[in-house]
Amino acid sequence: MAMALDFSALAPYGGEVAAGVATTISLTAVATLVGITAASVLAWLKLNGPAGVRWGIQAYVELVRNTPFIVQLFFIFFGLPALGVSLEAWVAALIAMTMNLTAYATEIVRAGIESIGKGQLEAARVLGLSRRQTYRHVVLVPALRKIYPALTNQCIIVMLGSAVISQISVEELTWAANFIASRNFRNFEAYILATLIYLALSIGMRQLFRLAGWHFLGGRQGRPSS
Amino acid sequence: MSLVRVDALHKSFGHLEVLKGIDLKVSAGEVVSIIGRSGSGKSTFLRCLNQLEQHDSGRIEINGQVLDANSMAPALLSENVGMVFQNFNLFPHKTVGENVMLAPMIVRGEREREASRLARRMLERVGLADRFDAWPEQLSGGQQQRVAIARALAMSPKVLLCDEITSALDPELVGDVLKVLEQLARDGMTLILVTHEMSFARDVGSRVVFMHQGRIHEQGDSREVLSQPRTPELQQFLSAVR
Amino acid sequence: MMDFTLWDIVRNLLLSMRWTVVLSLIAFIGGGVVALLLTVIRLSPSRWVQWPVMAYVELFQGTPLLMQLFLAFFGLGALGIQVSAWTAATLALVLFTSAFLTDIWQGCIRAIPPGQWQGARVLGLGRLQTLHHVILPQALRLAIAPTVGFSVQVVKGTALASIIGFVELTRTGTMLNNATFKPFLIFALVALGYFLLCYPLSLYARHLEKKLNVTGSR
Repeated sequence: MAMALDFSALAPYGGEVAAGVATTISLTAVATLVGITAASVLAWLKLNGPAGVRWGIQAYVELVRNTPFIVQLFFIFFGLPALGVSLEAWVAALIAMTMNLTAYATEIVRAGIESIGKGQLEAARVLGLSRRQTYRHVVLVPALRKIYPALTNQCIIVMLGSAVISQISVEELTWAANFIASRNFRNFEAYILATLIYLALSIGMRQLFRLAGWHFLGGRQGRPSS
Repeated sequence: MSLVRVDALHKSFGHLEVLKGIDLKVSAGEVVSIIGRSGSGKSTFLRCLNQLEQHDSGRIEINGQVLDANSMAPALLSENVGMVFQNFNLFPHKTVGENVMLAPMIVRGEREREASRLARRMLERVGLADRFDAWPEQLSGGQQQRVAIARALAMSPKVLLCDEITSALDPELVGDVLKVLEQLARDGMTLILVTHEMSFARDVGSRVVFMHQGRIHEQGDSREVLSQPRTPELQQFLSAVR
Repeated sequence: MMDFTLWDIVRNLLLSMRWTVVLSLIAFIGGGVVALLLTVIRLSPSRWVQWPVMAYVELFQGTPLLMQLFLAFFGLGALGIQVSAWTAATLALVLFTSAFLTDIWQGCIRAIPPGQWQGARVLGLGRLQTLHHVILPQALRLAIAPTVGFSVQVVKGTALASIIGFVELTRTGTMLNNATFKPFLIFALVALGYFLLCYPLSLYARHLEKKLNVTGSR
């Protein structure tokens, strides 16, 4: 006979869950900010840098995109100490998350930049803008607008993917769920709770991105700028 | 008896009342040009005539049949009415011939042989018999629009609606399309066009309908209306167009 | 403890890759079948039919695959349905894949311009006839490249099955690491294994995208 669900058994563990959520949010926030910034630079270098740099970026992007996050995480956390680089679990997790997001975001931003018409560049040129000014004002912002939905999705994917870092004992949300399950054997309740919190986090992140986009990009994300 | 009869047609989009009571009768063989500013409701009116837009109230009767999108299948709604769009709307995954053959085969259940013969005849009418096996993207805009006309004609409509069908074309390609329309008019086809081509409206059209703010503001014999507009609104519109 | 030569490690990893491939194939094909059903259901004009499909997609896209695996494995167990790691992994990955493919395919159908619907409608084609002859053939063409592209995510997703004890490439890597203490070498080799599976798929997806763009919308 199946056990009845009993969510009250989770009540004593509110503290662990809250701490776990806080860790998930903090790591995601840092990875998002660093990742998008790094990706904007890498995307520019990928299009304008010297051949060697372009090749290096391409190799990095392909490596990250074609291997599982958990393997990247294990490589950084378990593998790097062999080279004398020993990292705390949360640092390894943060590096893996940032690395992952940067690779995907680089491709997304590059596609956005390439979608900016030649006419826009020529218009900036005849107005006397430098290459750097053109990139910042004429290319980057409209490009970000266009790819904003894709970028939002990718950041949410990284947040959801961070569930895996519980495997190297970072005490985030999934770790908290595992912890509860190991104490009271209420696996189903613990995982349902965690799943619902993740769902709320992804919905919340989407709203936050929408607000941020409205604020910084002028509220026209995702529509072709015609 | 009128082929097309519209009584007290109303249509709103949300709070915006686009059609504020249109009455119109069109007899068989007439060529009616609907002109007016953008936003005057002329395209909406045209799209009500084959129920691409459903009217809120009023009555549309075409060839003795009252149109109602809620109760009628598309096959019945478009039995008497053909339409050509500003942007052609050809099916890009089908060849020119297949574009014309599709509806006769699916809607009327014709065999491929008959449909193919019909399609060749229709393409001949628009001067494109030799492009039967071409893909739409290989044709110029003007040619694509003529294919769209052939596609509509294949369903032998009683009325052909044309929604600014030359507006998306390069100027040098407009003439070929208008020539096809002119020939259709001479063959006795009933045409209702939303258009900006004033000289076509004057020379080929039998009647001009000027729409203003959701109503028919002035109408009459095309030469008369265009050379001696009575209302100040039409006078202003015509001087702006010329 | 026995000694592992490099060849022992590589051979074990290669052998375990079979299970990564098998699990990926099942997830992709099973997910594709479910997604096909859901996409068809989603085409219904009724909101009451569309809504559950949208909720399903939102649920699986808005929660971690790892949680889906846990719920399938421990959750069903807690309800008295004992499932093996193999069954749980298959179930979770099929559902996960179906949600993403439904979303992708739905997007391709929506990407067909409204003029195509109208063009068919004024010729007298009904809703199903329009879908069959006009919309789906064009949407199918659009869908090929992103579908192949998503298969990469499925292959990578199977790595999480290792956490519930399904022995595939990643799990074998962890076990070999426990036996040999050569984490750098082993996880580099594991990564290489996934790369060899995924990179050709990525390249093929990109090739398809270019090819279909060049020939235009035909």
